[in-house]
Amino acid sequence: MERRPIWYLVGLIAVILAFAVSTTLRGFYITLGSFLTLSILSFLYKDNIFYKAAEHLFVGVSAGYWMVMGFWSVLIPNLIGKLHPPLVRPFVPAIADQPPSYWYFIPAVLGLMLLWRLSPKWPWISRWALAFIVGTTAGLNFIRYMASDLLGQINSTMVPLVVIEGGALDTLTSMSNIVIFLGVFCGLIYFFFSKEHKGAFGVGSRIGIWILMVTFGAGFGYTVMARISLLVGRFQFLLGDWLGILS
Amino acid sequence: MANGERPTFLERVQAIDRRIIFLFVALAVSLPLVFHVIFPEKISPIVSSMFDRIESLPEGSRVLISFDYSPSTVPEVQPMVDAVVRHCAARKQKLYLMALWATGQNITDETIHRVIEKEFPEYRYGEDYLNLGYKSGNQGLINVILTDMKKMYTTDVHGTAIDSIPMMAQIRNLRNFDIIFTFGGGFPGTKEWVLFAGDPGKIPVASGVTAVQAPLLYPYYPSQLLGLMGGIKGAAEYEYELIRRYPRFANVAHPGIDMMGPQAVAHLVIMLFIVIGNIAYFAGRRREAKRQGTP
Repeated sequence: MERRPIWYLVGLIAVILAFAVSTTLRGFYITLGSFLTLSILSFLYKDNIFYKAAEHLFVGVSAGYWMVMGFWSVLIPNLIGKLHPPLVRPFVPAIADQPPSYWYFIPAVLGLMLLWRLSPKWPWISRWALAFIVGTTAGLNFIRYMASDLLGQINSTMVPLVVIEGGALDTLTSMSNIVIFLGVFCGLIYFFFSKEHKGAFGVGSRIGIWILMVTFGAGFGYTVMARISLLVGRFQFLLGDWLGILS
Repeated sequence: MANGERPTFLERVQAIDRRIIFLFVALAVSLPLVFHVIFPEKISPIVSSMFDRIESLPEGSRVLISFDYSPSTVPEVQPMVDAVVRHCAARKQKLYLMALWATGQNITDETIHRVIEKEFPEYRYGEDYLNLGYKSGNQGLINVILTDMKKMYTTDVHGTAIDSIPMMAQIRNLRNFDIIFTFGGGFPGTKEWVLFAGDPGKIPVASGVTAVQAPLLYPYYPSQLLGLMGGIKGAAEYEYELIRRYPRFANVAHPGIDMMGPQAVAHLVIMLFIVIGNIAYFAGRRREAKRQGTP
C-alpha cells in the first residue's frame, strides 16, 4: 500500500517522458490519445487514478458531444426551424423561408415538460411527457415485433425437412433444415416447465440444453472476437500511429 | 497445499495471476501486428450474398448506408464500411449516407474524406453521394421515412435544402432505395432497420455489425436479412473478395485482413489457456478425490 505513490510517480514520469519525446515526432493529439489509451489499459493491472481520470473524461466528452449534436442537428432544424423559420436563418438558411408549422408546439411543450423532472416541487409534470413517450414507443414496437419478430421468425422456422432440388435430394439443405427444426423444437421443450422432464420429453429437453450450450458458446466466441478486435485496434494505434513501428 | 504440501505445477497454473494472461494476450496481439502476419480468407455464403447483390445492381442504383455506431466500435465496423463504400463506388452506384447515432455523423464525414474523396475523385457531392447526417428518433425516425423521407430530412448535413439536391429528386421514401446497408452494434441498429424498414417496406436490408451483435441477428438471415458481416472476420472476408474481383484495391488499406492475424493468434492463446485451465481443474479434482480415498 505504501509503495503506491511511488508507482504513480514512476508512471507519471514515464508518461511525461514519452509525451515529451513523441510530441516532437508526432502530433499532440496522437500523443494525448495514446496517454488516454494507456490510462484505460492500466486498469488491467489495478484500479488507479489515471484510469479514473480517463474514464470520467470519456463519459463527459460523450455526453457533451451527444448534447451538442442533438441541439444542432435536431432542435435547430426540426423544432425551431419549424416553429419560427426566420430564427434559424444564420445556421440553416435553406429552410428559413419555409412557412411555419405550428403543430410542432406539441412536441416542444412535451419536451419542456420532461425538463420538469429537475424541479424539486413539480417533478410529476414530467410524467405526462414520459407517459406519451412510453405509450408511443410501446405501440410502435408492439406491431413491428409481433409482425417481424414473432410471426416472421415462426415463418422462417417452417422449413421443409426434405428438400428436393432438380429432382434430386439436396442433402446439405435438408440436414440444415432438420437441425433448425430440432433445435427450435428441443429448445422449446427445455423451457416447458408444466411437465416433468422424463422419458422422451426428457431426452428432448436434454438435447435442448445442448442446443442452448452451443448457442451460448458461439455467442461467447463472438464476444471474445469483438474484444480482441478492439484490442487490436488500440495496439494498431499505439504501435503504428504513435510509435511508428508498424509499416 | 493441504498438510503443508507444495502446490503442483497444475495447481499453480490454476491459480495463475490474471495479469500474466493479459500479458500473453498482449504479446499475441502485438507480435503478429509487428511481423505483419496475415492469413488467407474465403468468403462465406452470408457475406457473399450481400457482395453478389451489389455486383448485380445496375450502375446508378440507390444505396442507403446508415452509420449507427460510435468511435468505440470503429476498429470492428469501419473496415466493413470502407469495403462496402469502395465496392459501391467502383460499381458507380449512388450513395446516400445517414446516421441514427449522433456519433455516426462525424464518422460519415471521415469516411467520405478518406475513401470517397481520396479514391474516387470523379464522385460529385449531391450527384453521386450525399450526406444526410444525423437525426434523432431511433426506430421512430425509420418509421417516418419509410413513408416520407422529406418530413425528417429538410436539409442535408451542410444545410442545403433537400429539394435543391439532384440526388433527392427521385427519392420520396425508403422504398425508393435498391438496398439499405446498416452498420453498427447496438440500439438502434440492424434489428430496427429490419423491423421498421426491411419487413414492412419489402426493402433488402444488409448489415455489418460488431461480433457481439452477430449471433443475435443470425436468425434474420436469409429471409429478413439479405446478408450479414459479423465482426472483423466478416470484414476480412468482404475485403478478400473485393481484392479478388477488383485487384486495384490490393493497394489500399485493408484493416480487416490485417487484423485477422493478431485475432487468430490471440484466439489460439485464449484457447490454450482454457484447455490448460480445464486440465488443471480435472487433475486437481482427481488428486483431491485420491487424497480423500474416494474413487
